Amino acid sequence: MDPIKEAMLHRSHSAKLERRGHLISLACISLIVVVVLAIFFFVASRGLATFFTNKINLFTFLTKSTWAPAVKDAHGIPQVGALPMIVGSFGVTFLSAVVATPFAVGAAIFMTEISPNLGKKILQPVIELLVGIPSVVYGFIGLSVIVPVIRTVFGGTGFGILAGTFVLFVMILPTVTSMTVDALKAVPRHYREASLALGGTRWQTISRVVLRAAMPGILTGIVFGMARAFGEALAVQMVIGNAALLPKDLISPASTLTSVLTSGIGNTVMGSLENNALWSLALLLLLMSLAFNLLIRWIGKKGEMK
Amino acid sequence: MQNYSLDDTYIKTLDPQTHELAVTTKDLRVFYGDNEAVHGVSLPFERYKITALIGASGSGKSTFLRSLNRMNDNIEGSRVTGEIMYRGVDINSQAVDVYEMRKHIGMVFQRPNPFAKSIYDNITFAPRRFGEKRKEVLDELVETSLKQAALWDQVKDNLYQSGLSLSGGQQQRLCIARAIAMKPDVLLMDEPASALDPISTSTVEDTLMALKEHFTIIIVTHNMQQAARISDYTAFFYSGQAIEFDETRKIFTRPKIKATDDYVSGHFG
Amino acid sequence: MSAKAIDKMMTGVLYLIAGIIVLLLAGLLGYILVQGLPHVSWHFLTSPAKSFEAGGGIGIQLFNSFYLLLLSMVISVPLALGAGIYLAEYAKKNWLTDVVRTAIEILSSLPSVVVGLFGFLVFVLQFKFGFSILSGALALTMFNLPLLTRNVEDSLRQVGFTQREAGLALGLSRWETVVHVVIPEALPGILTGMILGAGRVFGEAAALIYTAGQSAPALNFADWNPLHIASPLNPFRPAETLAVHIWKINSEGIQPDAAAVSAGASAVLILAVLAFNLLARWGGNRLYKRMTAG
Repeated sequence: MDPIKEAMLHRSHSAKLERRGHLISLACISLIVVVVLAIFFFVASRGLATFFTNKINLFTFLTKSTWAPAVKDAHGIPQVGALPMIVGSFGVTFLSAVVATPFAVGAAIFMTEISPNLGKKILQPVIELLVGIPSVVYGFIGLSVIVPVIRTVFGGTGFGILAGTFVLFVMILPTVTSMTVDALKAVPRHYREASLALGGTRWQTISRVVLRAAMPGILTGIVFGMARAFGEALAVQMVIGNAALLPKDLISPASTLTSVLTSGIGNTVMGSLENNALWSLALLLLLMSLAFNLLIRWIGKKGEMK
Repeated sequence: MQNYSLDDTYIKTLDPQTHELAVTTKDLRVFYGDNEAVHGVSLPFERYKITALIGASGSGKSTFLRSLNRMNDNIEGSRVTGEIMYRGVDINSQAVDVYEMRKHIGMVFQRPNPFAKSIYDNITFAPRRFGEKRKEVLDELVETSLKQAALWDQVKDNLYQSGLSLSGGQQQRLCIARAIAMKPDVLLMDEPASALDPISTSTVEDTLMALKEHFTIIIVTHNMQQAARISDYTAFFYSGQAIEFDETRKIFTRPKIKATDDYVSGHFG
Repeated sequence: MSAKAIDKMMTGVLYLIAGIIVLLLAGLLGYILVQGLPHVSWHFLTSPAKSFEAGGGIGIQLFNSFYLLLLSMVISVPLALGAGIYLAEYAKKNWLTDVVRTAIEILSSLPSVVVGLFGFLVFVLQFKFGFSILSGALALTMFNLPLLTRNVEDSLRQVGFTQREAGLALGLSRWETVVHVVIPEALPGILTGMILGAGRVFGEAAALIYTAGQSAPALNFADWNPLHIASPLNPFRPAETLAVHIWKINSEGIQPDAAAVSAGASAVLILAVLAFNLLARWGGNRLYKRMTAG
């Protein structure tokens, strides 16, 4: 019989390798999906225990401002009010985004519209280096520079939301900047040319045409930055003061979901209410990260429709 | 644009008694999703001859060629029905090992695509993967395939430089050398000279003429002079169909179908 | 104010913003290096930390950081390669692939503290690995995997489809083509991503405080048997890393020289991360040139 015909009717070594390779790569990707599912499952099962096992009211959890799971109130119910941390987390997140956005957008405009050359040679590497600095280093600088400065200028201890805002501002600046750069670069050249040809100045072109066209991308960048700020743990924990109190101003000690988590998990007993309540905070953190994700997708879809 | 009837076809039959056939297709159809790109093409390809597939862009000739060694398998949403008979087996069936089959039905693409490896490795990469480790055999293989591809004299002193450092025409001949190093039966060529300058084109054509001693060649080309110069048979494709298939000199002198006549004489469309 | 004047003014404002950001980085680096470098000495880099007195070093933490980095890269690189290959080569365009991509996106945007807590729950408690290098390495793998995978996928996609066709037309399988043709060509991009990932892992602390732990037991650097408890290679020993150490001494440190030690440790950490960044740039470029040149 024809050997070539014979060979073609048998499974070749390559076919076996292909099958094996396909399976290996499938296993790798499946593992990632399983990990994500497991994270949700484990954190949710712990975090929900506060409400199902310890019968804490969800509404109480979200709106009461006394965080003392070990202490019972007049009705004998443990005081698990997460509002101080929720306010703290949202506070530092929004404030840092508010401060970072003008800088990030300004830097991005500088890099794409004003001086691409200097942008590429200086600002780009600067931004990349800022991304690379570990968060504990930011925390350390916050602790040893920003907190004392706030203390000197405003009085008080220096710890608080203001210090957290400053630290997070620097940390999310590169994220927002580089995503804004991408958004600005994606604006077609002829938009600019049309506006300039109509006699618009460079700034008019930027503010009326380029920024408007790039808006969805810029918003995405800002939300990414906020997601990062919301989830940042150690740098914030080092400068915020870690007092689970509803913040009355920006310069008194406060706390965030992440800061209470990092300082608390190690000091509570697994399965106790104190511990479960902390896992509820972790679950909240997880859900917020999911919410930021959805928001980013929604902005992306909106942007595409235009 | 003028429309030609798709019923008006002439496919010359080649008698297997007098012509040794390397590949024959029967009612070959290619679908991309719901779109049928090739409508039931049945053609014979004689051994040790060059068959040219000509026709306008989008006529389905390249798609047809790519389905002959099942390269369309890799395109998501594509589906090929019908028979491709090769050595008494329908290679379009799942029973056939597609990788083994492609060792015998090789392909050269429109754009030269050498690996980012040395010239030597470009040629020996696949044979080594298939188990040939003996250095003297590999050296010999490099020399003979480069000679057959008319590239040996230009690169014999630089076998270890990157294949990407060659000129476009040389890269394409390297790709031909790489394909023939597998000692295939059939060589499919998808406009192998379209990206080349006239001088490289004529070198590649000379190469093909020499190669048909050892290989059956099926070549898609846009260039009618090229088809006339090098091929023994020509198939004219129009709108996903093979409209006319005959000996090349007949196609270019006395085509039987009006569409073919208009196309080869430049009055098409 | 005329449009021209506004234009001039805004240009000035933008230059100012750019200048502030450059100064910000310069200030950050300058502060760390000026405060920290004087404290960095051979003694500081090699001797163990002290809890209650001055004069402690970061030797064990430094070793832990590198060992943890190595171990987590050993786990995550093959996984990222496999997953990246799947996404670039095998994933069909359907809802299942969308789900997978979404999962990776979610994982990459999870706060690292959540990843760390999950690691604590699963590896430390459930699998009983305890506070250990192994738990830490697995947590870092989860933290690093989505970004590495995306990098591998992007790098593979940079290689033209014609290269895959070339391999397939020779009778090689897709897998063989990817492993032997596409990956070598995508290597500069893949390596750059891996080194950047390594830098990220090196500075990560939040995912580690409850997985690799916050203590650095004394090590016997003469004992390289990974099964011995004092061996530096033992993957089941707790291992505070440099980044965790900085956090630890700043949040609850009682050493009299805590500020100096953290400045020194921060300087070392920053220099290491800088080195990773430079290596990624320089190495990627060099490799790219070598592969494309004749």
